[in-house]
Amino acid sequence: MSIEDPTAAFRVEARELLDQVEQALLDLTHRLDDPALIDSVFRGLHTLKGSGAMFGFDALAAFTHHIESAFDRVRKGRARATLELVATALAARDHMRALVEGDAVPQDGAAILVRLAAAVDAPRTEPAAPPRSAGREAATSGWRLSFRLPRAALAHGTNALALLDELRALGDCTLVARRDMIPPLDQLAERDCLIAWDAELRGAVPRAAIDDVFLFVLDDMELSVTPLASAEAPTTATEVTPVLEAAREHERSAADQPAPDTSGERRARVAQGELVRVPAARLDTLMDRVGELVIAQSRLSQLAGDRHDLLLRSVAEEIERLAGELRDTMMVLRMVPVASLFGRFRRLVHDLARETGKAIALETAGESTEIDKSVGERLFDPLVHIVRNACDHGLEPPDERIAFGKGATGTIRLAAHQAGGAAVITISDDGRGVSRARVRAKAEASGLVAPGEVLSDAALLALIFHPGFSTAAAVTNLSGRGVGMDVVKREIERLRGTIELVSTEGAGTSITLRIPLTLAIIDGLLVRVGTACYVIPLAAVEECLELSAEEDRRSLGRSLITLRDRLVPFLRLRELFASDAPPDAFQKIVVVATGREPVGLVVDQIVGSHQTVVKALSPFHRGIGSFSGATILGDGGVALILDVAQLVALGQQIEAAMEQAA
Amino acid sequence: MSASILTVDDSASLRMAIRIALTGAGYTVTEACDGADGLARATATRFDLIVTDLNMPNMDGLSMIRALREQPAQAGVPIIFLSTESDAEVKAQAKAAGATGWLVKPFEPEQLIRVVQKVLGR
Repeated sequence: MSIEDPTAAFRVEARELLDQVEQALLDLTHRLDDPALIDSVFRGLHTLKGSGAMFGFDALAAFTHHIESAFDRVRKGRARATLELVATALAARDHMRALVEGDAVPQDGAAILVRLAAAVDAPRTEPAAPPRSAGREAATSGWRLSFRLPRAALAHGTNALALLDELRALGDCTLVARRDMIPPLDQLAERDCLIAWDAELRGAVPRAAIDDVFLFVLDDMELSVTPLASAEAPTTATEVTPVLEAAREHERSAADQPAPDTSGERRARVAQGELVRVPAARLDTLMDRVGELVIAQSRLSQLAGDRHDLLLRSVAEEIERLAGELRDTMMVLRMVPVASLFGRFRRLVHDLARETGKAIALETAGESTEIDKSVGERLFDPLVHIVRNACDHGLEPPDERIAFGKGATGTIRLAAHQAGGAAVITISDDGRGVSRARVRAKAEASGLVAPGEVLSDAALLALIFHPGFSTAAAVTNLSGRGVGMDVVKREIERLRGTIELVSTEGAGTSITLRIPLTLAIIDGLLVRVGTACYVIPLAAVEECLELSAEEDRRSLGRSLITLRDRLVPFLRLRELFASDAPPDAFQKIVVVATGREPVGLVVDQIVGSHQTVVKALSPFHRGIGSFSGATILGDGGVALILDVAQLVALGQQIEAAMEQAA
Repeated sequence: MSASILTVDDSASLRMAIRIALTGAGYTVTEACDGADGLARATATRFDLIVTDLNMPNMDGLSMIRALREQPAQAGVPIIFLSTESDAEVKAQAKAAGATGWLVKPFEPEQLIRVVQKVLGR
């Protein structure tokens, strides 16, 4: 069939079907009780009726319906196949053929139907289905809906989201999901549809339109629809489909199934003061949820703050408090003492002492200080590097120590304590200290500084963290593995921590790490530059002050302000981020510091403190230096979190350039 | 990517009508001539939607739907069945077997497209 004409195709098909029916009817005259033959006749007639109606053969469809009904009754055992019925059906088949070809005589059909009625007990004409009560209730100002899809809806191909979209398309629609039916994870059948929804649909929406949305699931779902106006008195007007019954059913089945007894067991064990081992991944998931909760709570607080609803405010405050407590509890859950981290260094120091022939003692302090588990894990490698350096370069051989009037045994000290939101870890040795002369020589040799260039002591020591800098005269087994202190510094900064080196020549070196207790949530200072908001980690903020117009003018071109007799370099974030919105009349400076060198950040407005759930930047944006992450604001907007260490480094570069120019 | 639809019907003219309607609406249509053929094709390729007749030789529509729903890979694939009467009993049987929705014959091409769009959600 090259031409696609379904009607022509139907004619061909109808002839074939009628031939099949004829053959089956002829066979039936010999085997009246053969159900397969009855089925075959019925199916042929059924298809003929359905397709005939599709292609406009209405008379054929209507006539065939009667013959089909008769055979349906036989098929279901409600009538018997007789020779008279078969003979009538054969006559009917000829009439149907005529109807297909378009040369039928209507009287023939009527006569056949009379014969048919006599052959089988006249089929009761089934009452036509009442038309759906379209708009039984007049459109109101809207509807309040509560519905739950059949459990198998998703597995059976119902697209729940599409239904919600259809509902939303009807009018102004607010949807809230109810999740009370969702069982604990271990009892969850992942294909079941367990979510219920409450919805408010505002607008002149006919009741029937709602039924149309749920057309295919209407018979099996729970749906209650109340006109919005009368929703205040739901008991009177509610049209309840099996909601209550289903709820009761659920209760019954819940009662039938005893709760898994493990929970009781667990509770008992905890009560005895024992420990529960929890996979770290679960804690991470929980942490994530708490993070989301804190974001949602902060939105709630903002909404409540915008409204003069005291009840709402008090609830928002309560939730803020609870979310804060929950967050703190969550933090504590993830905390482990640094003792386990420090413990791993005994063996390392022991091995290092043997390899170098030095006598080294390891001292530890503050082992009970707790840090986030993942932070501890990521601290290990940098610490190993620092300790190796100290053993290799810092500590002198015993005879040299004695010559200097020190004890023969060198000491490496690992100490930890908590300060505010940070853990402070100090690695110190009582060795020879950093030789400024050697650092300078090395830096000049590698071209990091010009020969004879004047550098402050701090700037000179900072060179140690410069990429590619290594003072090891000879590459030994212990250090000089291609990773320098710059790698250590980068790793610490990745943990949003800071590293600081203090060294006295002849007396020893001390490296201090400040690591935030957790990586997931920080307290931040929300600032605005132009139209965009940024978050500065509060731990790094020293002070905030106003940049007076006069000072602004004076500082132009110098980017330095005088802060308590000290020159502090500052960065105009407006310029750095190329914001073209006009600046506010009164600019503010946020002074931040990571080590001891403060840097000012000029912003338009200081919005306030903001508890920030840190979201990592996408892989595409990780390379951007000035930001360490992003966060979601109370109003749903996004703010980038400034990487203070990077900005400070940038500020110091500027300062160095200024000094050079001066 | 246009959604792929399998139409299962023993009536070639009806399959053709369905194919013409749905290809016209931008869908890709594959035909199967009875339940066994439909089951085989749906098992070999996962379709975005299946439109099936119920009354067919060589495995009827209900058995095909049940067999399909037993395959984990077919969970969530919408299945629309075509029925001659809006018979509540047939409807209940087909839904229990795992059908998603239905369309009563005779139908206009527009009705078919509307039901397909409703079920696919686009």
